[in-house]
Amino acid sequence: MTGAAGNTDTPAILCRGLRHAFGDHLAVAGIDLTIGRGEVFGLLGPNGAGKTTTIRVLNTLLRPQAGVVRVLGYDVARSPMAVRRRLGYVPQQLSIETSLTGRENVSWFARLFDVPKRERKQRVAEALEVMGLGDAADRMAGVYSGGMIRRLELAQALVNRPQLLLLDEPTIGLDPVARDSVWMRVEELREATGMTVLLTTHYMEEAEALCDRLALMHLGTLRAEGSPEELKKGLGPTATLEDVFRHFTGEQLEGSTEASEGTEGKGGLRGIRTTRRTATRMG
Amino acid sequence: MGSALLDEQQPAWAEAITDEDRTWTELPVRVATFCLVELQKIRHDRTEILTRAVQPVLWLLIFGETFNKLHAIPTGHVPYLDFLAPGIIAQSGLFVAIFYGIQIIWERDAGVLTKLLATPTPRSALVLGKSFAAGIRAFTQVCVVLVLSAILGVALTSNPLGIIGSFAAVMLGAGFFSCLSMTVAGIVLKRDRLLGIGQMITMPLFFASNALYPVRVMPGWLQALAKVNPLSYEVDALRGMLIGTPTHLLTDFGVMVLALVIGVTVSSSLIMRLAR
Repeated sequence: MTGAAGNTDTPAILCRGLRHAFGDHLAVAGIDLTIGRGEVFGLLGPNGAGKTTTIRVLNTLLRPQAGVVRVLGYDVARSPMAVRRRLGYVPQQLSIETSLTGRENVSWFARLFDVPKRERKQRVAEALEVMGLGDAADRMAGVYSGGMIRRLELAQALVNRPQLLLLDEPTIGLDPVARDSVWMRVEELREATGMTVLLTTHYMEEAEALCDRLALMHLGTLRAEGSPEELKKGLGPTATLEDVFRHFTGEQLEGSTEASEGTEGKGGLRGIRTTRRTATRMG
Repeated sequence: MGSALLDEQQPAWAEAITDEDRTWTELPVRVATFCLVELQKIRHDRTEILTRAVQPVLWLLIFGETFNKLHAIPTGHVPYLDFLAPGIIAQSGLFVAIFYGIQIIWERDAGVLTKLLATPTPRSALVLGKSFAAGIRAFTQVCVVLVLSAILGVALTSNPLGIIGSFAAVMLGAGFFSCLSMTVAGIVLKRDRLLGIGQMITMPLFFASNALYPVRVMPGWLQALAKVNPLSYEVDALRGMLIGTPTHLLTDFGVMVLALVIGVTVSSSLIMRLAR
């Protein structure tokens, strides 16, 4: 009985050959990704890289069209409910019910996640408190600022005490102060709970400040993976993360000749990975 | 290690785990949650109770009183106002429900729907929860119409079972019509279009029913429409329970439950279109 679902030995996220197309548009073109328990992992890439599609497969909103995807040991296609029960998810768009108070918003999700009745009030209050919304909890969410909405969403996602938190562009559209406060909460959370976090972003600063490991995604494939330090070193002693980002994604914006080079590069990288995977399987 | 994680065949324990997906208490618990949230929303916006009450009040006070005096519609020994009151109750439920799909489009546009769909809530439970929430919203109007009818001298039942039964009928009716609305929402995906279609179908649904006049005075083709219109069965049930006309409760509730089941099935199969 090795590797039972939900067993903490299994990685938090395991994708092999994940592929998803919308009609003719191949949004995710076969990615392999392993994220360990307790990691804060950043999926970096420009708009349209396939980050959100990946997140939506992980949170079971989209069924993977090809490949194996396990979240916390559960296959997303076979046991979507088991996956959802253990997930916290904050979508890219600021999304709350404006005709309810902050507390009611969180309490709603506590019910949808079957938080037991006797714990519910306490857990809702706790989640709001952790997100610094204790005082604003009984105000209508419609009057919240962008940063408060985002923190309210984090409270909604956390009330379930998830094992994995999926944050899709958590600070997009927020002012620097609100952004800092979201970062701070994520940091605190991670320290307090050791929860696995997968976030997508195209802010390098955010990736560097929060993430243990990063993957650079471009046009549906992963172009590079490693800790922020490793990625920078790979490019040169003075390289910044922004340089890394440009190196793996930037050429695509400039011209089609270079674009095709990029694709070849990807082929090479994938080739290595496939070989390595085969080796692991054999071993 | 890698191979253990990637076995093509999922081992036996994995099958056992999926049982977790099939808890039978889930449906009623989720439905109750959506109803509760609806009540909270109503509590925060009490003006809506008043604005929504205007229309049924006008129907009863103006249309009802006038036709009551004209004796133009043959309703047997039942005064016309008594005949009309259950029809207006059903109609106010219909009006709330037929535009309820707008809420789900709004939730989609606001990103809330995506989050709801990522919670351990089966699609059917989400749809049924939403449709009963529409029923909850209709209740406030039902109360207004009941009170006004009593004031206007409609001989309403004093049997508490009759009142409870009427609320159940309103719930089922509003549930079905909000499923119809959510189905249209799942097809057109746009608020404006849903509004247009809602306006296009409400009045025909209302007129092609026994809400304003008995089926037997209708021309044949309209009778045929009224017979397949779930609103007719809702009105019939309400009339039977509230003002004591002959009842066909088994048929009425049977048709309403069947309609709701079909409605939930169809709209929950379309709801993922809204999640994209």
